[in-house]
Amino acid sequence: MEPKRKAVHSRNYPLYIRSTPMENELKFHYMVHTSLDVIEEKISAMGKALVDQRELYLGLLYPTEDYKVYGYVTNSKVKFVMVVDSSNTALRDNEIRSMFRKLHNSYTDVMCNPFYNPGDRIQSRWAYSPYLAAAFCGGQSPAPQLQSGKAFYQIIADADGHLPSR
Amino acid sequence: MVSLLTVCLATLLTEKLPWTAASARLSTQAALMGAAPGRGLEGNAKQEPHDGRRRLRTGAGDHNLFTSIYPPLSQQLPREPMEWRRSYGRAPKMIHLESNFVQFKEELLPKEGNKALLTFPFLHIYWTECCDTEVYKATVKDDLTKWQNVLKAHSSVDWLIVVVENDAKKKNKTNILPRTSIVDKIRNDFCNKQSDRCVVLSDPLKDSSRTQESWNAFLTKLRTLLLMSFTKNLGKFEDDMRTLREKRTEPGWSFCEYFMVQEELAFVFEMLQQFEDALVQYDELDALFSQYVVNFGAGDGANWLTFFCRPVKSWHGLGLRKPIDMEKRGLIQRQEAALLDLRGYLFSRQCTLLLFLQRPWEVAQRALELLHSCVQELRLLEVSVPPGALDCWVFLSCLEVLQRIEGCCDRAQIDSNIAHMVGLWSYATEKLKSLGYLCGLVSEKGPNSEDLNRTVDLLAGLGAERPETANTAQSPYKKLKEALSSVEAFEKHYLDLSHTTIEMHTSVGRLRSAKLVGKDLAEFYMRKKSPQKAEVYLQGALKNYLAEGWVLPVTHTRKQLAECQKHLGQMENYLQTSSLLASDRCLTEEERKYFCQEILSFASRQEGSPGHKVVLPMHSFAQLRDLHFDPSNAVVHAGGILSLEITLCSQMPVPVHMDQIAVNVHFSIEKNSYRKTAEWLTKHKTSNGIIKFPSEASPFPASQSSLPALELSEMFERSPSDSSLTTTGIICRNVHVLLRRQESGSSLETASGVALEDGAHVLKCSSVTLEPGANRVTFRTQAKEPGTYTLRQLCASVGPVWFVLPHIYPIVQYDVYSQEPQLHVEPLADSLLAGIPQKVKFTVTTGHYTVRNGDSLQLSNAEAMLILCQAENRAMIYSNSREESSTALLRIQSSDKVTSIGLPAAPAYHVIEFELEVLSSPSAPAAGVESSVLASPEPPGKQKDGQRAAVGMITMDHKVSIDCPWSIYSTVIALTFSVPFRTTHSLLSAGTRKYVQVCVQNLSELDFELSDSNLEDTGQASDLRIIPLSTQPQQHIHSKQSVFFVWELTWTREPPPALNGRFSVGFSPAAGEQLSVSLKPYTYEFQVENFFTLYTVKAEILPAPGAQYCRTGSLCSLEVSITRLAALLEVDKDEALVESDDYLSTKLMYEVVDNSSNWAVCGKSCGVLSMPLAARATHRVRMEVMPLFAGALPVPDVRLFKYLPHHSTHSSQLDADSWIESDGLPVDRRLDDQLDCSSVWSRGSVHSASSGELKGLPMPRLQALPTGQVFNSSTGTQVLVIPSQDDHVLEVSVT
Repeated sequence: MEPKRKAVHSRNYPLYIRSTPMENELKFHYMVHTSLDVIEEKISAMGKALVDQRELYLGLLYPTEDYKVYGYVTNSKVKFVMVVDSSNTALRDNEIRSMFRKLHNSYTDVMCNPFYNPGDRIQSRWAYSPYLAAAFCGGQSPAPQLQSGKAFYQIIADADGHLPSR
Repeated sequence: MVSLLTVCLATLLTEKLPWTAASARLSTQAALMGAAPGRGLEGNAKQEPHDGRRRLRTGAGDHNLFTSIYPPLSQQLPREPMEWRRSYGRAPKMIHLESNFVQFKEELLPKEGNKALLTFPFLHIYWTECCDTEVYKATVKDDLTKWQNVLKAHSSVDWLIVVVENDAKKKNKTNILPRTSIVDKIRNDFCNKQSDRCVVLSDPLKDSSRTQESWNAFLTKLRTLLLMSFTKNLGKFEDDMRTLREKRTEPGWSFCEYFMVQEELAFVFEMLQQFEDALVQYDELDALFSQYVVNFGAGDGANWLTFFCRPVKSWHGLGLRKPIDMEKRGLIQRQEAALLDLRGYLFSRQCTLLLFLQRPWEVAQRALELLHSCVQELRLLEVSVPPGALDCWVFLSCLEVLQRIEGCCDRAQIDSNIAHMVGLWSYATEKLKSLGYLCGLVSEKGPNSEDLNRTVDLLAGLGAERPETANTAQSPYKKLKEALSSVEAFEKHYLDLSHTTIEMHTSVGRLRSAKLVGKDLAEFYMRKKSPQKAEVYLQGALKNYLAEGWVLPVTHTRKQLAECQKHLGQMENYLQTSSLLASDRCLTEEERKYFCQEILSFASRQEGSPGHKVVLPMHSFAQLRDLHFDPSNAVVHAGGILSLEITLCSQMPVPVHMDQIAVNVHFSIEKNSYRKTAEWLTKHKTSNGIIKFPSEASPFPASQSSLPALELSEMFERSPSDSSLTTTGIICRNVHVLLRRQESGSSLETASGVALEDGAHVLKCSSVTLEPGANRVTFRTQAKEPGTYTLRQLCASVGPVWFVLPHIYPIVQYDVYSQEPQLHVEPLADSLLAGIPQKVKFTVTTGHYTVRNGDSLQLSNAEAMLILCQAENRAMIYSNSREESSTALLRIQSSDKVTSIGLPAAPAYHVIEFELEVLSSPSAPAAGVESSVLASPEPPGKQKDGQRAAVGMITMDHKVSIDCPWSIYSTVIALTFSVPFRTTHSLLSAGTRKYVQVCVQNLSELDFELSDSNLEDTGQASDLRIIPLSTQPQQHIHSKQSVFFVWELTWTREPPPALNGRFSVGFSPAAGEQLSVSLKPYTYEFQVENFFTLYTVKAEILPAPGAQYCRTGSLCSLEVSITRLAALLEVDKDEALVESDDYLSTKLMYEVVDNSSNWAVCGKSCGVLSMPLAARATHRVRMEVMPLFAGALPVPDVRLFKYLPHHSTHSSQLDADSWIESDGLPVDRRLDDQLDCSSVWSRGSVHSASSGELKGLPMPRLQALPTGQVFNSSTGTQVLVIPSQDDHVLEVSVT
């Protein structure tokens, strides 16, 4: 593996991670962490194709028996991951997409906070009752001060499928 | 001979197509074959349709005609592709038609509501060879009619009549009707509107161009009609199917029935090799079913779905080796299929089609989705599943899919598509693992009876192995069965799978997934009690999580690792991990306490065996927060006490009693370094003494915080030719640091890197209990050797366990110094002023010397400087660090020569500070002897220009020698005083009256009060009187300003003697309290001589005769009259004196100078005249001048010089070209003046008096008369000049 790539990849530390059912938190952490593999695969595959009109939404990263893991990556390589219950059939692609968009907006708000030091863990009581879990994580790119290449995740394991309301 | 044929689709399913040979009719089913566009999978793809077709038999026996035509027909029909236009806007496709021909039978015709598309007769063909009208009328017509009626009865409109013409037969039958052929008759009789339904095929078996032509026409027609019929019937079928689907909400609707119908369509597409379309049919079925399950979950259950909710009885996995699993299909048809059966069948079909489409990777992906969704669906439908059954099913299915894919791809393809397969591999691994746990195959003891029972049940559900895999050694079935058979076999298979999965993940770069599988494997090994194998996986995973800062996984993995290390007996590693865990806030209090206790109990156990040290890094145990020195600047003199207080933040959940906490210190001496001198240290190293250490975000990698900030700078590049900007940008100067390859994790867990340093200097603190949270620990030390001490390591020990902070960063140092006693004397203000009391600060740095009572400084008095003893002098005593201070009285005793200052007692390394007032006499500068206009007195030899004094101030140095008690040598200190004033004097004349003006200029920053100004004559000339004109007793003089004093000189005897003036004025600071000492006045001495007026000069300008005023441009006369006021005087006795007879005269030179260029002097502007030395002798000189401007112009200046002839010893030739010798006096001439005076001097220069080499030349000299001797009475007069009348331009000059 070329070193530069490794530098990007080795910096996928969580910025924010939250899972609403606390009992399975560890499992979600493992799951989200593992999903980074697929995100990286998708990003590098995308990098070859269209960089300009890139779709931020990465779609379903991989299904598991019980959960579906969705991914989203911003232009600055901040990654969002969402895990939803597989049995929650009400959550279609469009819903997931719009949830990610809202998540992205929230993240942008956090970044706009002058008291937030980019790269720090995000402290937020940003929990919505419909969610069982939500999480962000981050990592740094070779240009750390520019804060690109962060991962930003959310785990949502929930049956209702309500969208986050701000 | 008549043949009747029906073309219909061959089916894949009908084993035997029902056809019978009728005497004159032949019914043939035609299979329509689409051309396969790609050839890759053709072998597989074509297999089935071909099989189906081969089972068909064409009629034999007496339908000779068709039999003879059949071979070329079946051969040629699929040769040409046809464009297939499709309904619903689907894209047209080119297909090749291949048909099966079946003998016509009425039973074959589809009844109303027939759903079978495969056996559908698409086209009915009637073959006839009849060329005889009679025969036609007798049999063929009837036959045709009957056939048509049958068709009509079944509302079939797709038919064709083929008339085969044969030349040979024609020839035999001569009685043909020439005009109407059989064809026409048939067309007439049957095809009333559709004449194209009757075709002629001429001589089909001959090889002629005519035959060829007729074949082509026939085939085209046949294809068109066939396709037309096919399209129509397919459309009808699809419509029917849709109708059926729309009825799905009706109660009696059955999914299985519908399934069979839509599958029929799929078969048709498959046979046309339209696999894409075929796949769509299955996908639609799939989606429909999924939707039903979802709806069921939402409470909207369909009746038919309850069939699928039956408990799962068998879980033999997917079977993908047969293209069509007839057995399962039968189950579905009979509505006996369970959910897994249906799903399995559906997927096997999809798989087959995807493989036809060369999309094996999609198979893998879909398989994973299918397996997940099946598990979900079973859960959603609440189907009862025996434990482990699904695991078996998933495991078998995964392997089946993988083997199927591997079976149809080569190695290279597989290698490049591992990413698609790895999901299945890891799923299978996961399932096998859970099976192992379920069946007790992972435990150390092996399965118990309950486990065995469960295993038997599970194996029973697998059923018998499928026949198609029975001979495969590695079939999924065999693998599972073997894996479940024994602990060893399970281990083998599980490890096999796990390793494959890890390898695959690694090879596609999914390192995190690989680590996760590895962790599972580690868990397995731990269960199997082989921790040494588990360790490497745990370490690998932990490194990864640490590097990416995933806290919870880190904690979890660490916990596993701790257990593993404990089993392995790696005490040091275990203790380190335990300390990390004990400080881990993700764990519960109990868990943390447990791990903390582990460390402590180890420490107490090992108490007995000393010598062995376990060195652990400190950061997990406690963190150094800050450090505080006392004295706060961390500088201490030798022998002083230094205390060091550190804040240690204990990370442990419980109080921990430490045997000892120690700081290792490194000692170094820096010699000849100014920065290590006592002065520098005590002055500069001032801080608040608290050094903060950045708190380590220990669970996170260094990535966030430790990376240096970007050093960016702008960059401009200009083109060398025209220096225009070509490039601009930003450069990062520390790219090499930022883009450095990250050393993965090596710095994170520095288990082995900690080494204890052995240093001679150690600060220790024994028996300390560290409470959870912040603790303050104080170290005390007495400074010994001077030098720099650097804190290196911090160690805390409990028994044999040493927690070491290997480096203290930022660097912390303290300095120890020793110092010689010293005395400094310096003025308080920037410069000392003479004449008024000034404060001087004495600083005694005691250093290592202790000042006792009675020690004193002995100052030898300088003459001109007094030390003023005040009533109460106080000294301040500070410690070197300026922290403590006290005051003490100072005893000062003065005698004539020595002033003794008794120092207060002070300990070593202290500073005594006190101030003394000194007064220097404002000694007057000796006045210049000459009464020059600007006398600049030379400073006396003792004085020099001090650097600190204000510009122009005269300074004096006073040296004081001081004897110090600590030294046998005297210290000599020079104090520089500045005289605050500068004084100049000047002589003023008014006719014969004389005045002296003294100007006092204050150069200092202070304001002064001047008083008692006085001028006295120090010479003994009693006939000279000095009358002051300024009578103010007191004068205020501001800083940087001047005050003038004027006196009139009168005398009684003429000429008056020289004046030796002495000016004195008392002064005191304007703002200030009353001074205790009387101050000496400021004095200034000067001399004025020859101030008696000898000559008066008067210049007058008269307008031209007759004119009233002077006019510009017209000549006026300038009349200069020079009058001598006295007879021969002492001063006249010089070289200019000419004595002839009794007539004494002196030579004077006059000169008219107009500096402002108002006048043009016409003719000579200067001249030499001989002035008789007699009172009232007057010389008049007239000159022509012309005013150049109008207005009141000042009269030109007339200057008078003494004209000295050249030295008598040389030839006394008065030359017009002569030199001027100024003889040390300022001759106020400039070069342009000399040019004006061209008749006398063509050239000249000003020489200083010292130019002696010119003395030998015969030349006259000019000597300026002393200022007092000449009085110019017309100075300042003005003449009115009016402009000339014809001037058109009035020029006004304002100067």
